[in-house]
This record gives sequence, structure tokens and C-alpha cells, in this order.
Amino acid sequence: MNFTPAGYSLLPVVPEIVLAVGAMLLLMLGAYRGQRVTSLVVALAVCLLILTGALELWLPAGKLVTFGGSFVVDSYARFLKVLALVGSATTLLLSLEFLGDQSRRIFEYAILILISTTGMMVLISAGDLIMLYLGLELMSLALYVVAASNRDNVKSTEAGLKYFVLGALSSGMLLYGMSLIYGFTGTVGFAGIAAAAKSGSIGVAFGIVFLLAGLCFKVSAVPFHMWTPDVYEGAPTPVTAFFASAPKVAAMAVFVRVALTAFPNIVHEWQQIVVFVSIASMALGSFAAIGQRNIKRLMAYSSIGHMGFALVGLAAGTAEGVQGVVLYLAIYVAMTLGSFAVILTMKRNGQPTEQVSDFAGLSRTNPVLAFFFAMLLFSLAGVPPLAGFFAKFYVFTAAIKAGLFTLSVIGVLTSVVGAFYYLNIVKVMYFDEPAGAVDPMRVELRTVLAVAGIFNLLFVAYPGPLVSAATAAAKSLF
Amino acid sequence: MTWPILSVITALPTVGALLVFLMARGGEEAAARNARWIALWTTVIVFAISLLLIARFDPSQAGFQFVEEGRWLASTIGYKMGVDGISLPFVILTTALMPFCIVASWKSVAKRVPAYMMAFLVLESLMIGTFSALDLVLFYVFFEGGLIPMFLIIGVWGGPRRVYASFKFFLYTLLGSVLMLLAIMALYWNAGTTDIPTLMTTAVPRSLQTWAWLAFFASFAVKMPMWPVHTWLPDAHVEAPTAGSVILAAILLKMGGYGFLRFSLPMFPLASHDFAPLVYTLSVVAIIYTSLVALVQEDMKKLIAYSSVAHMGFVTMGIFAGTMQGVAGGVFQMISHGIVSGALFLCVGVVYDRMHTREIAAYGGLVNRMPLYALAFMVFTMANVGLPGTSGFVGEFLSLIGTFKVSLPTAFFATFGVILSAAYALWLYRKIVFGALVKPSLATIKDLTFREVLTLAPLLILTVLFGVYPKPVLDMSAASVQQLVTNYSHAITAVKAAALMH
Repeated sequence: MNFTPAGYSLLPVVPEIVLAVGAMLLLMLGAYRGQRVTSLVVALAVCLLILTGALELWLPAGKLVTFGGSFVVDSYARFLKVLALVGSATTLLLSLEFLGDQSRRIFEYAILILISTTGMMVLISAGDLIMLYLGLELMSLALYVVAASNRDNVKSTEAGLKYFVLGALSSGMLLYGMSLIYGFTGTVGFAGIAAAAKSGSIGVAFGIVFLLAGLCFKVSAVPFHMWTPDVYEGAPTPVTAFFASAPKVAAMAVFVRVALTAFPNIVHEWQQIVVFVSIASMALGSFAAIGQRNIKRLMAYSSIGHMGFALVGLAAGTAEGVQGVVLYLAIYVAMTLGSFAVILTMKRNGQPTEQVSDFAGLSRTNPVLAFFFAMLLFSLAGVPPLAGFFAKFYVFTAAIKAGLFTLSVIGVLTSVVGAFYYLNIVKVMYFDEPAGAVDPMRVELRTVLAVAGIFNLLFVAYPGPLVSAATAAAKSLF
Repeated sequence: MTWPILSVITALPTVGALLVFLMARGGEEAAARNARWIALWTTVIVFAISLLLIARFDPSQAGFQFVEEGRWLASTIGYKMGVDGISLPFVILTTALMPFCIVASWKSVAKRVPAYMMAFLVLESLMIGTFSALDLVLFYVFFEGGLIPMFLIIGVWGGPRRVYASFKFFLYTLLGSVLMLLAIMALYWNAGTTDIPTLMTTAVPRSLQTWAWLAFFASFAVKMPMWPVHTWLPDAHVEAPTAGSVILAAILLKMGGYGFLRFSLPMFPLASHDFAPLVYTLSVVAIIYTSLVALVQEDMKKLIAYSSVAHMGFVTMGIFAGTMQGVAGGVFQMISHGIVSGALFLCVGVVYDRMHTREIAAYGGLVNRMPLYALAFMVFTMANVGLPGTSGFVGEFLSLIGTFKVSLPTAFFATFGVILSAAYALWLYRKIVFGALVKPSLATIKDLTFREVLTLAPLLILTVLFGVYPKPVLDMSAASVQQLVTNYSHAITAVKAAALMH
């Protein structure tokens, strides 16, 4: 190519281009061959995601910038993109059964997930506000549709609509905040904003508030969490698994990047917001989950709480904090996808069961399944020696170093409250009388659960690679 | 020493648990039999290896021995294991009691045997790890990890109120420990490492000492348990299966005392000194109040549970006296209580297996049909009372002497505990063993079986042996205790001297 002006190299976006073009090709395949090729499209989509991940890792090391600073590929972006890709690919595996149903052979599902993943990758690499908005909307619009993908189900369509309306509201707030920031700093690039916003002006402060409000909506942090339980419950279970994993990674990634690269000089302006949001999310996530009887709603509150914990790392505003957030997301994705593999397995005579009480006596009817799920639950509760403990360990270590003692104390106390409802599920599985055997577990669910479960159990023995990758990722932001 | 002996005995029980998982197949009967034998052999082998530790241990050295290091979470948070004279007795206590626990569960646990054995083996790994970890984070991982198997043991194989008891146990302990975790992080940033030997020699600022001491105290006081956070213990004990109670009383409670010795005293000497009156008060309240509570119990296990709280009061009192006798007495009392309370719970288990009740009123006159049992129970009761000639006496006596030197009122009131313990323990013994055998349900009760003799006899021998010849335990820990006490008093006199200068 002879059109390569400096600053507009296409190399850093090769993975995104491949993913987007691949998604289009698969769309063509589906459109011309019809619904018969759904499983083929899903399989190819998984391959495409793996290929994209490989390309991402193949890109030259170090920090790559293109489109005049709008698009950044650094260790941070690489780590989280791979994580988001893993989340999406695993979701597709978890969806195989859902898509296998005759009435729901919608190949568009896989395409939408691919497009949404493209959005996530753009979002993670965003280097200015415009790119951020583009990525966020590309991701979200696809998500609204997948939420309603069970077309004939009232709850599913309601979930999609609710998500869309509230999402539009949050996009509005986000845009409003962006325009304020642009107005007061005169630029949309993160680096430019950082240079312009050295002392907090009231306009920029307002802009930050609205920008963070919009992002809080995407990571479902309190007080912008209201949609989460309803959407989680209404959406088809594989879609819920998707919502709980990859989009959370992407939104949290951009949350951290915006805060730390666009406003590193006015940390005190946004730190208090993050501290408040974090405390509120942890508290609500722990207390509200106690009363839940539906496992999907419970997972929704659980994810709200977990985002609160991840934000503890951001509140610290240091490299240790970012390392904590990144590790938290990686471990959280593994725990969540493993848990959803179990939830998807919970079927009796082909009928999915979603109540916590349906897990009764699982340890006797399916001991291995119950064991892995129990370990995942203990891990979600943050009990050592499981992976979830280390996730919390790193974020709180960073918070303590940054002197956020109140936040840390409240955080660990809410984690004890949270432990109660996770323990309650363990209790139902282990202490209660069996409620009948569940249907045999499908191969792909078994694989996902085994990988997530073994990662969860053995992280303690060999944490080195993931921790050092997270350290490198965190360093690249500073 | 060429092979990592501590890591091996820590990991081996988990390997045993994996073996149980893999081998316990076939019908329910066959699986249970396999699981029992694998568990027994694993624990026996672990015990045998741990004896090597004693053989190779050099008691004249105060520092850590058998030290192993490896990379773990970060360059400053490593995998480090090692034992000194304070932790080695606890490691041995753990490995020694495990085979008895397995044997004690041989018949009494009938449902889901493989899972039960796996939980116990994993628990053993975590307990050994707790006592031999030389890195704070590693310690915390082992310390907290023990909650998971114990939660399941109480909850799955426990009595009628097992759900309540297991939740209470888990949440109480977790609540105390998370605060300690924050203190661990604060210490990490203060010293730049979580290596325990380094932290022991790192000065901690006064204000951090206070907060960190309180945070560690929150965790260890619950674990110990000290009054007023002891209420989880009677519930957990009553509902847990026999072997669970044994482990709980004999080893898990000792983690609290061990924590005080390993962290509170050496790392926060000034705060320990400041808060010593608080600890004395709580200890005395525990000794007198829980002894009185024990007097009115109707459930055998509950009575012993409350007596454990009282005995742990002696331990905390002795440790925070900060004198040679006090600390050595505390260590000895913990080891002795580990043996004696474990044995007492086994004794309760013996009659519970026969009658399926723990109500004191349901028994009486057992001596007529169970002479062997009466003998064993008597020795352990006497040891619980602290009769000279039993191991219970040595620990209580030493910790009282140690306290007398520091705080006369504390020692004065604590001595009442000795009288009260005689009251409840002898009352329990009289109600159950003495008198005429009038209850028709007891008419056919059988004496100890060979298996039960096998579990109780070694404990009985140890109780008497350590009572008349406590030297092995005291010698093992002497050098380390000496160093601990010296450092502690140096730190305090240094501050006092500095205060005088100004």
C-alpha cells in the first residue's frame, strides 16, 4: 500500500478488521445458506475469535498508536482484548445448545456477538472520546438485540427493550459529559485532555460526572444498575453469561483507561466518585442478593458486587490498582463463565430450572458438578485458596497502599455479607435432600466448566504468568 | 536435608484426597472401604514423615529450620515454609491426631464416606500449611482455606442444627479474618515484603502497630475463641461429627494462639504491651464466666466446648504476660489441651455412637458396664481439671506463674478457674460414670472395642507422660520462646527508656 501517511498505519487494527470482515462473510454465508448452517456459523465464529486473538498477540510488542492517537494498542489493551475474546468465544460455546433448538436456529446470534466483540475491541483500544463512543455503541447495539434474541418470549423481548431504553439514556449522559469535556478542554484525545485538564475546572468536573455515569451504566455499578437484574433474568441464559463476561471486561477496561489517561492530574476529582460507586455497588451487590431465589437474578447482583470490588482497584488510581482491576476481570470472567456453565446444565427432562432451590442435593446426584460449582462459589465469595481470593487481594492491597482505609474496611465487610448468599447455594447443594437428577451435561459445557474450575483451583499453585501479564498491562497505562 | 520435607507433608494429604477421589469407586460399600483405608494410610505416612522433623530438628536453635523458598505471587510475596520451636509442636500435634480422627470416624460416619475423608485430608494439608507458612499471605491462604472443608464437615455430617452451626462458624471466622487481611496488606507496604522472619525484625510505627494488632486480634480472638466472640464454638462443637469436634478443639483453636505467638507479640510488641490489660480482662472473664456456664450444661459436648473456652483463657493470659513461663506455659497448655480435649470429644463420641444422645441426663453408672471407658474418661477428666501428674497441670501452672509476675489480680482471679474446672469436670464425670446403672437403655451398653482402645490409649499415655515428664515439649520450644520473650521485653524497655529520656 502506498497510502500510509504517518500516524494512520493499519497494522494495529488488523485484528479488528479481520474480525469485522469475518463477521460480514459469515453473515453472507448465513444469509445465502439459511438457518441450516447455524452451527457451522457458530463454529466458524469461534475460530474467527481465536484467530483474532492470535493476531492480537502477533502484533509487534510495545505501544502502537494509529488514526492520529485515536486507537492505542498497548499491553493493557492486548491483555483485555484477549480476555474479551475468550469471553465471547466461550459464550458461543455455551450457546450451542440454545441455538440447537429447532425454533431458535438464528445464525444472526453468532454474527451479533462477533460485531459486539468488535465494538469491545475498539472500546478497549480507544484513545479519544469519539473512538470510545463508537466502540461503546457498536458493542451495545448488538447487545440490545441479543438480549431479545428469544423472540417469542415476553421476558426476553422485555429485557431487550428495557436494556435499549436505559442504554440510550446512558449514552445520552455519556455524550453530554463528553461534550462538556470537549468544550472545556478543546480536544477529544485522552492525551490532550490530560494536558488541558491540569487543575479541575467546574465544567470538566461536570463532564467527568456524566462520563462516569454513562460508563457506570455499562459496568452495571450502583446507582446505574437497575437494568441488570431484569435483563439478566429475562435474557436467554447464554446471553446472560455473555453480558456478565465480555462486555463487562470492555466497559471496565475503558473506564480505567479514561480515568487514568485522560484525567491523571485531577485524580481527586474522580476518585471520590469511584469510591462512592464502589462502596454502593459492593454493598448493594451483597445485601440485595441475599433475598434472591432466582439464580440468574442472584448472579446479576453478584456481578454488581464484583464490579464494585474491581472499582476498588481503580479508586486507588495507581499501577498496583490497575494490575488489581485487570487480574480481577480475568479471574471474574473465569468464575462467571464456569458458573454459567453449571447454570446452563441445570435442566430436568429438558426443562431449564432457574431457582436456587433446584440445586438441592446436587452433591449427591452429580458430585463432580456440585464440587466444581461449590468451589466456584467459594471463589466468588473470595475464600482462599481459590482464585477469587487473589482477585480481591490485589485490589485491596492497592487500595491500602493508596490509603483508602475506609473503602477497604467497608469492602471486606461486604465481602463477608456476600459470602452468606454464596454459602447458601453451597448449603442447598450439599446439605439439602436431593431434588432429582439433572440431565446429563453436554460436552461443551463440561469443557468450559472443567477449564474454569481447574483454573480456579490451581491459580494458587501457579499464579506467575497471569500476574506478570497483568503487571505489564498495568505498567503500560502509566 | 535434601528434600522439602515440610512441603511434602503439607501436600501429601491433598494427594491422598485425590487418590480417594480416583480410587473410591465401585459400590457404596467398596468405595467407603477404599476411602477409609487410603485416608488412614495417608495420615499415618504423613505422621511418620513428620517424625523425621523431630529427629532432625535442632532445639538449641531459636530461628526457623527446614526453610524452603520459592517464587509465588510476586518477588516480595513468596512461597516460604519453615518451622521453629513454637510451630513444630503444632505441626506434630496435627499429624499425630489425624490418624485418630480417621479411625474415630471408621464406623460412626456411614454416609458419603469418600467425600468425608477427602474433606479431612484437605483440611490436614491446610492445617499443616498454616503452622509452617513463613509468608503472611501464604499463612492467610492456609488459615482461611481451612474454613471450606470444616464448613462442609459440620454441614454435611453434623447434627440436627448443622446448617445454623456451619454458617455461624464460617461467617464469624471470616468476619474476623478479613480485617486481618487488610492489616497484612498494610504490613506489606510498611516493610515491602510479607516474609515473616523479616517482618519480625522490622520496626512497625506505633500507630500502625495499634491498628494492625487490633485487626489481627479480631481474627485470632474469634478463632481462639475468646469471650465474648466464643459463641460460635459451642454450636459448632455440638453439631460437628466426633472427629470434626476433635480437630476443631485440638487444632483449629490453636491457630488463634499460634497467631498471637507468631504475629502479635513479635511484630507489634508495643501494641501487645498496651493491650495486655484488655487481654487479661477478657481471659479472666472467659475463665470464670465460661466455667460457670459449663456448670449448667446438659449436653456433654457443649460442656467440653465451654471448658475449652476457659482453658484457652489460660493460654491468652500466659502468652500476653510476655514472660518465659507464661509463653512456655501457653504453648504447653495448647498442646496439652489439644490432646486432652481431643480425647474428651472422642470419649463423648464413644457413648454417642452407642446411645445416639449426648444428654448428660441420659447416662449414669457406666462404670458398671464399661470399666475401661471409665478409666480412660477419668484420666482425661483429671487432665482437664489440671490435676498434677497430668499434662493439663503443667500448662495451667506455668501460665499462672508467668502471669503472677506481671499481673497479680489477673492470676488471682484466673486461679478460680482451676477450682471451677474441677467442679464442672468432676460433676460431668460423676453424672455419667458413677452411680448405679438404673437406666434400662444402658443395660446392654458395651465397653470399649479394640478400635476405640487403639484411639484412646496413645492419647492417655501422652497425657500422663507429659504430665510427669513435660521436658520434650518444653525443650523443643525453649529456644524459640526464649528469643520471643527477649525480643519482646527489649522492645518494651527500649520504648520506656526513650520515654524517660524526653
